Amino acid sequence: MDEKYELLKRIQAVEFAAIELTLFLDTHPDDQAALRDYNRVAQELMELKKEYAAKYGPLMAYGHDSSEDYWKWVEEPWPWEIKYERGQV
Amino acid sequence: MWIYEKKLEYPVRVYSRDLRMAKFLTAQYGGPDSELSASIRYLNQRYTMPTPRTKGLLTDIGTEEMAHWEIVGTMIYRLIQGATPDELERAGLGSHYALHDKALFPADANGVPWTAAYIQAHADPVADLHEDLAAEQKARATYEHLICLTDDPGIKDTLRWLREREVIHFQRFGEALDHVQGYLSSKKVF
Repeated sequence: MDEKYELLKRIQAVEFAAIELTLFLDTHPDDQAALRDYNRVAQELMELKKEYAAKYGPLMAYGHDSSEDYWKWVEEPWPWEIKYERGQV
Repeated sequence: MWIYEKKLEYPVRVYSRDLRMAKFLTAQYGGPDSELSASIRYLNQRYTMPTPRTKGLLTDIGTEEMAHWEIVGTMIYRLIQGATPDELERAGLGSHYALHDKALFPADANGVPWTAAYIQAHADPVADLHEDLAAEQKARATYEHLICLTDDPGIKDTLRWLREREVIHFQRFGEALDHVQGYLSSKKVF
């Protein structure tokens, strides 16, 4: 369980960088350094999400992630149900 | 369209029940300056924005606000989990229990239901972006009030992060306003 939440935390961190860069690029579309950062972060995020979906089931449905063996999308916990132990993340 | 990602944008750490704080947090779930108001305001205003970058920015910030609404909802859900009707009543949530049991409901901390009267849209990008700038400051101030109302380090941490997002959105809306004013002054012929 710890490994799963460590990977999820890593995805949250990298996606946060991607969100920040998205908003920054919306108002600075000609900033080449930000664009390079965005593309690097997008690549890293894609790889982390692929790893997560393969190990623990889809992060996204609607055809964005596949689900091996059975329909893991509906498995609990849903995001609002995750109970971290103190100091876990 | 939108795609749901089965994760929160930022972790929520709730280790114990706190009905009092759950009640206060509804300010940001269904109050005037809540994440719900923010998301609906921006996603609704984007159609009549005049430039590609303002359409993009309102779409992206409006989308991020939905993720913040989910974070606030998660905090409230976890803070009231397992409470008895008697405990809810003692925490000032008796009327909430009567109407909704432990369901979440988009109302403010006084129980006043969310209304579209909290938002505006004018198809005037200068007016709309000024509203958005004000909304971010009001939401920042609300988060500061909420941070003062709790000692829980987990809740404080998530609220501080949400407060920071308001500061960033304010910054981006300010840049969008400068850009729109430049665009309008270059195009106007009197």
